[in-house]
Amino acid sequence: MTQFILKRLLSGVITIWFIATATFIGMHSVPGDPLANEKAVAPEIRRNLEARYGLDKPVWQQYGIFLGNMLRGDFGISFTQKNRYVNDIIREHFPVSAVLGVLALIIATVGGVIWGALTAVYRDRWPDSVIMFLVVIAVSVPSFVFAMLGQLGILAMNEWLGFSLLPVAGWGSFGHMLVPALVLGLGTMAYLTRLMRSSMLEVTSADYIRTAKAKGVPPLRIFYKHQLRNAILPVITVLGPSIAAITTGGFVVELVFAIPGLGRFFVQAVQQLDYTVIMGTTVFYGAFLVIMVLLVDILYGFIDPRIRVGKVRG
Amino acid sequence: MGFFRWHSVAGIQRITGMWCLLFCLMSSGSVQAEGLDYESRTIRLAMSQEPPDLNAITSTDSVSGMILGHVMEGLLRYDAEGNLVGGVAERWQLRDDGATFWLRKDARWSDGSRVTAQDFVFSWQQAVTPSVASEYASILFPITNAQAVNEGRMDPSQLGVRALDDHTLEVSLHQPCPYFLGLTAFRTLFPVKESFYTARGSRYGADAEDLLYNGPFTLSKWVHGASVSMSKNPHYWNRDNIWLNLIDIPYITEDANARMNLYRDHKVAIASDLNSESLEGALRERMQIKTFLDGAIFYIEFNQRADRVTRNRHLRKAIQQVFNTDDLVYKVMGSPGSYPTYTLFPRWMKGEKDFFVREHPAQKPELNMEKARRYLDKAKQELGVETLPPITLLADDSPGGQKTAEYLQTMLGQALGLEIRVDMQIFKQRLAKMGTGEFDLVVSGWGPDYDDLLTYADLFASHNMNNRGRYASEEYDHWVEVAQRSLDVSERVHAFDQLQRIIFEDAVIVPLYERGRVYVNHPRLKGVSRRALGGDPNFNFAYIEPPADS
Repeated sequence: MTQFILKRLLSGVITIWFIATATFIGMHSVPGDPLANEKAVAPEIRRNLEARYGLDKPVWQQYGIFLGNMLRGDFGISFTQKNRYVNDIIREHFPVSAVLGVLALIIATVGGVIWGALTAVYRDRWPDSVIMFLVVIAVSVPSFVFAMLGQLGILAMNEWLGFSLLPVAGWGSFGHMLVPALVLGLGTMAYLTRLMRSSMLEVTSADYIRTAKAKGVPPLRIFYKHQLRNAILPVITVLGPSIAAITTGGFVVELVFAIPGLGRFFVQAVQQLDYTVIMGTTVFYGAFLVIMVLLVDILYGFIDPRIRVGKVRG
Repeated sequence: MGFFRWHSVAGIQRITGMWCLLFCLMSSGSVQAEGLDYESRTIRLAMSQEPPDLNAITSTDSVSGMILGHVMEGLLRYDAEGNLVGGVAERWQLRDDGATFWLRKDARWSDGSRVTAQDFVFSWQQAVTPSVASEYASILFPITNAQAVNEGRMDPSQLGVRALDDHTLEVSLHQPCPYFLGLTAFRTLFPVKESFYTARGSRYGADAEDLLYNGPFTLSKWVHGASVSMSKNPHYWNRDNIWLNLIDIPYITEDANARMNLYRDHKVAIASDLNSESLEGALRERMQIKTFLDGAIFYIEFNQRADRVTRNRHLRKAIQQVFNTDDLVYKVMGSPGSYPTYTLFPRWMKGEKDFFVREHPAQKPELNMEKARRYLDKAKQELGVETLPPITLLADDSPGGQKTAEYLQTMLGQALGLEIRVDMQIFKQRLAKMGTGEFDLVVSGWGPDYDDLLTYADLFASHNMNNRGRYASEEYDHWVEVAQRSLDVSERVHAFDQLQRIIFEDAVIVPLYERGRVYVNHPRLKGVSRRALGGDPNFNFAYIEPPADS
């Protein structure tokens, strides 16, 4: 086990280095000038700015400085948010994205498992068709549409009630999170529903279910004990990447609901060529993804006794 | 039976309890307050962006400018009508070779200490210090030695500004600068207290407690990316004339629809920059739509570098001749509040006695197709070609930019048979291409820095870095110099008129429109300044009317 984790950690470090290097090269080859502003500046002021941000050095030297700083965990100061360290930006805004992401993930997983199981149980009957129709909509409609609809929905509800039950936007209480988390988790929920459905159907026709039925086990017990537990495994597998996708993919939701998450900074940094923030957030998200996938792999061994990581089965 | 009943009552209680808990969770701590409150003199707003830089010395963007317009004050300031009046300075004297400012004795920082002349000397020296790398350093260049200091050839202490005593500031100018008073209301020239600045070091301006304020308000809370609050400054000299106690900004989002939804939910007092969707909704709900001119002038700029066909004057004249800016503004863009324009100068800037554009109306193109074709034939002759090569139009990827580009493409194709290739780029890339001259035509805009026509007029002087098309004319440079040096108002206005004439005759640019912005405002919120200079919007003179039933 320890050996497995060490090996995975090492490959994780290499992955992160690769992500950092690829982003660095990509970022510097994008046309555009990070220091450019609507109003042009005189050459001498330009030189002063370059010196301030270390852009006066050759690119390979900038790369070396970046790697050295990265090893010390220092990503420097943002180009656009003057006086703010990239580390501070991540530290202050990632928890917001994480809280929202965890809530979205809970909604997505619980919803996905329930809906998926229902479709399998009522296969080819009307609950199945209705849920699968909604799933197709949730997968194909982009999240900004749901975000806007969600907001208009709250607005209409508040107008109808005559007082604000849920806030239209902002951050600070559970009420602020509810609809954004739902919108954020919708795509993943739809994906998990489909996954759960097919895996349930696969399990239903398995030999051990037939045996259980033959033994006279009550149907509800078969469903809980045998079908659900076995069918849920593939869902756990995709949970790792899903966590990363949800916590990093909140840009649109954060924008519409005025939520101070990290996703906004990530996207704006790319648009504004904010070199230090691009590097900081990319490396951070890369590391986050690597760790999540590793955690799920370890978790997998506990849930499914047949899979014990690191052990050679003979 | 008895047991069953007991159980079910407990069940109901439990469920009710859970609902209460959920309800409490939802509403607890949430900002459920209304957009304005008469009793506590509070207004709530939404902002498009986190303020990127509240260090006035280096700050350049409009969001920071809005905040700084409330929490800081320069020697001069803008009053409710947009006129320059005394700020920290009580009186002043502008001469050919310099200026003297007498500071009011009751001007104080938010820690209670006095704002002194030394605070101005320090901040101005910082602004031109090379290592500070202020992008607006050049705005101080009229001051003696400013440029030399900024280029590293002199020590900052040699900048031409001195504190004669705590309340007298002496500025020396290396040439007459008629618009210098306007500059002192600009953020780069705001005062900074040296002891506080050096104590904070690189943290200066990073958080609410890392700034010292001398304006009508102070930053009382700043949660990055989430909210900003400004409270009335108890030490501000003019505090008796400030009505509001709190400007609370609990929402930060770039999404204009979200800001409009907050307004419709009565959570904010103003929704700015309505896009076409939210405008439709606002009209449907019979809201009172307001507009104001934000000072930005948009125009087509021609690339006049040696290898470009747009260097040919007759080609430019042909384009100028067919272009109908009324069509563009009223039929294509359809944004209320924007005005078609035929000059570089906005309609609200003063001339000699009246508004400049009223005293000196700009010449309009005749929209004469025949004349345009004659210009085009001449251009082809001079360039020695049968047909002109494709012309590249650089545009930004905003909805407005796209519409303008498509309109230009169709219009110039139909009227003159020109082949226009649209090069759509995102912000930074478009700026980079403008800087290196990779375009023939570009739609660009310009907003003012100070209250003088020169802030627009010197744009096409050959030495100006923002002259991206590299237009160069000795005559133009001459009149810019006259406007820069002369302290005589009628001489200067004459110079601006000459510049306006050259812009038309030489077809330096094709003016398109003055940008108007659309917003809705709570009917009881009054005295809000929407303006082009000094940060927008501004609530220094805002007040709330009492509710109708009280």
